[in-house]
Amino acid sequence: MAIRSKRVVPLLKRAAFLGLTVLAAIGATGIAHAAEDPKPVKLTTTADHAKFKELQREFKTGPELTRACLSCHTEAAGQIHRTKHWKWEYLNVDTNQKLGKKSVINNFCISIASNQASCTSCHVGYGWKDNNFDFKAEENVDCVVCHDTTGNYKKPPGLAGNVVTKDMEFPAGSGKILKAIDLSKIAQKVGKTSRDTCGACHFNGGGGDGVKHGDLDTSMAAPDKALDVHMDASGLDFTCAACHKTSSHDVAGSRYTPTAKDSKGAHLRGASDNGNPATCVSCHSNGPHKKDARLNQHAGKLACQTCHIPAFARGGVPTKMNWDWSTAGKRDANGQHIVKKDEKGHIIYESRKGDFILAENVKPSYAWFNGQVNYTLLTDKFEKSDDKPTQINRLGGSATDGKSMIWPMKVFRGSQPYDPVNKTLITPHTAGNDDTGYWKNLNWQPAIEVGMKDSGAPYSGKFEFIKTEMSWPITHMVAPKEKALGCVECHANGGRLAGIEGVYLPGTHANTLVDKAGWTLVLLTLLGVLGHGAMRVVAARKVSGVSK
Amino acid sequence: MTERVYLFKGFERFWHWTQAALIIFMMLTGFEIHGSYSNFGFEKAVNYHTIAAWSLVGLWVFAMFWHVTTGEWRQYIPTTDKVLAIMGFYSSGIFKGEPHPYKPTPLQKHNPLQRLTYLAVLTLLNPLLWISGWLYLFYADWSAWGLSALQLQWVATAHTIGAFLMLAFFISHLYLATTGHKVTTQLKAMITGWEEV
Repeated sequence: MAIRSKRVVPLLKRAAFLGLTVLAAIGATGIAHAAEDPKPVKLTTTADHAKFKELQREFKTGPELTRACLSCHTEAAGQIHRTKHWKWEYLNVDTNQKLGKKSVINNFCISIASNQASCTSCHVGYGWKDNNFDFKAEENVDCVVCHDTTGNYKKPPGLAGNVVTKDMEFPAGSGKILKAIDLSKIAQKVGKTSRDTCGACHFNGGGGDGVKHGDLDTSMAAPDKALDVHMDASGLDFTCAACHKTSSHDVAGSRYTPTAKDSKGAHLRGASDNGNPATCVSCHSNGPHKKDARLNQHAGKLACQTCHIPAFARGGVPTKMNWDWSTAGKRDANGQHIVKKDEKGHIIYESRKGDFILAENVKPSYAWFNGQVNYTLLTDKFEKSDDKPTQINRLGGSATDGKSMIWPMKVFRGSQPYDPVNKTLITPHTAGNDDTGYWKNLNWQPAIEVGMKDSGAPYSGKFEFIKTEMSWPITHMVAPKEKALGCVECHANGGRLAGIEGVYLPGTHANTLVDKAGWTLVLLTLLGVLGHGAMRVVAARKVSGVSK
Repeated sequence: MTERVYLFKGFERFWHWTQAALIIFMMLTGFEIHGSYSNFGFEKAVNYHTIAAWSLVGLWVFAMFWHVTTGEWRQYIPTTDKVLAIMGFYSSGIFKGEPHPYKPTPLQKHNPLQRLTYLAVLTLLNPLLWISGWLYLFYADWSAWGLSALQLQWVATAHTIGAFLMLAFFISHLYLATTGHKVTTQLKAMITGWEEV
């Protein structure tokens, strides 16, 4: 017995070990399953929306979900209704220009007119497919596009901002299937806005990743410190709203009326004259350099961004620098659309759109800027100039107006359609699976007719292409201070600020009249003493010769 | 045998050579800041130039004290006595091996032409460099000082003009140092204090 039991015990041990191993394996797969579920919201709120009865049901459409949101957040839609994010309309009271995405024309996709169903996939609403959209309807507000935390919320282009809750083929007959999203799950996990929610639209402005801004692209979703010192995902981890602080759902910081020079200093909580909270100064004050007073005096003329954003498109995503619509429309031998890519796989030509020039790590252009921006709108008549591009937006500013700072810019150039008879820009119908959309048919004439009609603007029937230019002040991708520009970037002949008027830059003025006169004096002095010395040598020889 | 006189006292020689080193260094860094050439790099040149400027200020505090307390400032009182004779020496006599018409003494170590030149440097060139340099250094405080109408460009240009004049002076000064009894006489005097006359 004793011998037998000695054998049995190790066997039992082995069996137990095996069992434990199996259990451990099952446990591990269990954890793996849990990891596939969306991560829980950070506990920055006291409300767990998963526990709300109102959200524990199926939602067939976006507006249906919005009604559930509004049953508690009764005033939220009203707040959204007053914002640019909703209206796509903005009256600049300084210039009296009616702006907003509804009205402005750019040199990327040009205009939303007649292309609403595509463009409004980035509208904070549901169903804006044409000019008949009901801007008063509360249930048309899209809450989750900003408050989603799962990353699963999608608004595919072409559906006028609507979401897909049942798999569907789109465009019809294309064989492409849009996958359904589970609105209930998304609604139960809503939370604060994030770099991902803002970025879903703002990283992709202009029709793709990094296209428009240059300082905003998907690399900013989880940037490292070198790319953005504030948003550094493993450091300060700022969200967009950390600076773009909202008030009643209105997001601070505007491209239509930017704060070019913030002379108010750091914000004091509760102070009535606190200005735009999205400026650097609103936190850092106007004298942020503690060690070197000389840098603070630079801050009197230079926007912080000028030194602290040494280049844009630094995260590995190229930005578009040039878009030439005039070369669009080519077809291959089989009559098919052409797509050309560069060695990195980025599109540089598309029949639908024309030629692109892309760039990474771009040194900005620099200009005096006082915050005033004038747009060339559809109502503005102007002559075509062959040597000077038309300014899509004209930035005000000078060295002497007391309101300007030197700002870094992305200057985006291109060529786009123009009506030579009416002398206006043109808003073509590009997107749309119809008979006139340019991207499908590659035929300008009907595309322009439909687009201009939608804009309510006259079209002469003639079009040509003009060169245009648009300036985008650069303000994101703030580098750590060690990577800020060194003095010599500007204080050198041909430095970054070459051509900026109204500021004396030591190190860049080596060829003035004073220099010419100065060096002449020095040279004459040198020749004088050398001549005198030579005569002394010659004379000394004669004298010694004589004395011999 | 030539006569030897003790012309330059210890502090005076220390002052001269320290000042010479600082001014040469400031010309090097200054013209780099101006953009005429590059050596240290702009940022370092600015920092070095600033350090040298403050060192020179410190040196001058001592130098002024020394001049006042020893009465040596009188060495710079101008005179026209023998000026023509000395100009004649430099434009002709020097080539004929004639002796210098001026014999320095410890009480009057500079010849009248030197007195005039140094006085001009002290009263015209130095103030130009110093005032423009100080303003340059304190650019940030102009508005606090009520000088907001001042333009950096004017100040920088004045400082640059001063720098060119200083460079021209420096070249002449170096050359004229060779015109003593022998070529090295004056250099030796400035090192040892004793000059052969």
